Amino acid sequence: MQRRLQNINYLDLVLWLIRVSIIVIVVWGSIATLSDNPYSGRNWIDFIVFGIAQGSMYALIAIGYTLVYGVLFMINFAHGEFFMSGVMTATVFVAGPLSASGYLDRQPVISLLLILAVSMLTSVGVAVLTERIAYRPLRKAPRLVPLITAIGASFFLQYTFRGLYGSEVKPFPQVEALSGKIPFLGTELLESQLVVIIATVIMLVGLYLFVMRTKTGKAIRAVAEDKDVAALMGIDVDRTISITFALGAAMAGAAGVLYALVFRQVHFFMGFLPGLKAFTAAVLGGIGSIPGAAIGGLFLGIFESVGPPLFLDGLNVPAYHQLKDVIAFTMLVLILIFRPQGIIGERLAEKKA
Amino acid sequence: MKKMLFILSVLVVASMVLAACGPAGPAECTDELGCAVYGPEDPIRIASALVITGPDAQLGLDSQHGVEIAIAMRGNVAGHSVELQAEDDGCNAEGGQAAGQKIVSDPSIVAVVGTSCSGAGVPMSKVISEAGYVMVSPSNTAPSLTDPAQAWNPGYLRTAHNDKVQGAAMAKFAYEVLGLKTAAAIHDGDPYTEGLANAFRESFESLGGKVVAFTAVSKGDTDMKPVLTAVAASEGGAPEFLFFPVFTAECAFLAKQTKEVTGLENTVTAAADGCFSAAAAEAIGEAGNGMYFSGPDLSFSGDTYTTFKEQYNTLFGSDPISVFHAHAFDATNMIFDCIEKVGVTSDDGSLSVGRAALRSCLYATSGYQGITGTLTCNEYGDCADPKISVSILENGEYKRIWP
Repeated sequence: MQRRLQNINYLDLVLWLIRVSIIVIVVWGSIATLSDNPYSGRNWIDFIVFGIAQGSMYALIAIGYTLVYGVLFMINFAHGEFFMSGVMTATVFVAGPLSASGYLDRQPVISLLLILAVSMLTSVGVAVLTERIAYRPLRKAPRLVPLITAIGASFFLQYTFRGLYGSEVKPFPQVEALSGKIPFLGTELLESQLVVIIATVIMLVGLYLFVMRTKTGKAIRAVAEDKDVAALMGIDVDRTISITFALGAAMAGAAGVLYALVFRQVHFFMGFLPGLKAFTAAVLGGIGSIPGAAIGGLFLGIFESVGPPLFLDGLNVPAYHQLKDVIAFTMLVLILIFRPQGIIGERLAEKKA
Repeated sequence: MKKMLFILSVLVVASMVLAACGPAGPAECTDELGCAVYGPEDPIRIASALVITGPDAQLGLDSQHGVEIAIAMRGNVAGHSVELQAEDDGCNAEGGQAAGQKIVSDPSIVAVVGTSCSGAGVPMSKVISEAGYVMVSPSNTAPSLTDPAQAWNPGYLRTAHNDKVQGAAMAKFAYEVLGLKTAAAIHDGDPYTEGLANAFRESFESLGGKVVAFTAVSKGDTDMKPVLTAVAASEGGAPEFLFFPVFTAECAFLAKQTKEVTGLENTVTAAADGCFSAAAAEAIGEAGNGMYFSGPDLSFSGDTYTTFKEQYNTLFGSDPISVFHAHAFDATNMIFDCIEKVGVTSDDGSLSVGRAALRSCLYATSGYQGITGTLTCNEYGDCADPKISVSILENGEYKRIWP
């Protein structure tokens, strides 16, 4: 007994040492960078805006992880592929031809809405099918089984779309109307990034209202609370779960178009990394919570963009931008050490037990 | 017990019979690394390990086409037909390792043309060399691969230029031809990109220019704006010239986003042969207008190249899609010449090629007349007759402008 206690203390000590050393490195690096100050104020604003734009995409994708986790307690690792499938299809069948015919520049609003619609619908279609074929038969299986299935579904979708559209990088056309810059606080914002941020806010608010105010939203929350009781109350659980997948995929499809607007190229493997990052964002914010996904996404995006120059530049780390994922995931570890439930997540232990 | 004895005796007899049926040993193999042996009717088997899937597929497919044309134009080698086993190097270390392991587990493969990417070449060079095989790369250009202090192995040769040459050429072009005095370079940590960026930096500085930023992104990154903003905010001011010798996807992201970052609007951008293909031009799109690309000089003279291009069109329906097809053609023919030189044909028509003999024959290549020039291998396998040219991208077309 005595020995066990000693072991625990020792472990705690090591954990605390890790926490303290990370914080010391972060603070020390920041002070070193700021006292040296290689970047001007507008550079910092730029870094933050890049981070918010990237974080907005993470947030939209993270919604899908969080919604599905909320109702099924399952991590849907194929979600990054829902994101990819929509924008790939929209690029090949809509954006490419519209740009070639010049319609994209004559009627940018109609074109973009069309691209958005095709992307969201494709993502929703792929998601609903995947749920129906791959996940629903496993509803009663142990939780590890759908998780592995999701990884399989992810590979299946990646290589299906590679077969459909080819393995090369496809350019997404530059939208002339969004290629300008807008002056802001002494720096200039890219119009495409502004569109991303505004569109994300609108969609997140819309989704939140949908889940909180509509009958379907209420059904989703009821299924998340307790599937059996929800069924007894007359809620069609299977249908509600399909709707949940569709909602998440619609957000992912929209995120795909925003991604394409900013980065202007798509590829069959493009869903993997954003999917992983968005999953991280969902955990960071508190998985199962919609505002949590939004905040987690923004947080991750900003740390990826601001973190490397702020923490590492002052420490004279060479090529520190390569370490942006290290910073993002260190932040994840740090936050989960202090708040295991995520930034605004609720404690799940007793509820899901 | 009796049963055991019976089984044992059957096994012994069987093994003796099988041994007798084995290859009716042509000239006994005395080569220290073993021999690749082919029966009278067997084709000689060579492997290729090039990047033939993914965003960089055109780089590898183009080289593979070069190998296939070399086989088609050659017909027979030492009285045998030739069969190609095409592997994928994936353009990364894991792909190179896997392709290498697969190749060395097949004793009927005599030599390898590959890899495409230096990153794949580093592990594969080790696997191939340790197994006693030999590889000739048509497009690895990282200086470390032929540097005995770094990644060189005794079974490795290449017909592609060493990037010390390409980096120097790009530096010279930027400093002397464009007259730009400050530059920055971005790589992605891959041996090829880092080696080339380093070579560029050293040459640019020795010419008298100033390298204000030298940094890196990661493979798979999409948002390059933070790193570009940091480059624009360098202490020496925003660079006039920005060189990012990375592969297709990252190259296209960098090309597009450089135009969007405050402070880099007027910076001249350039990439290298890893981003020099029709697919790369398409991925970059209009952002590539006026961008420079260095690569092997393809203005080859000689009838062989004319015939080669005709064959390419006949077999694959287009002009060459990237830049290392001729290097692959030369690499394959070097291998064939050496097989003919060191292969021993016995009376029944079977062929035995000593692996150590093949290696030393390839290393001894001197004054070989290939499409890419006169090839002479040095002691660490650098065989190229390196000529670098710079092209400009205009409306999706590469135009050679220098020298």
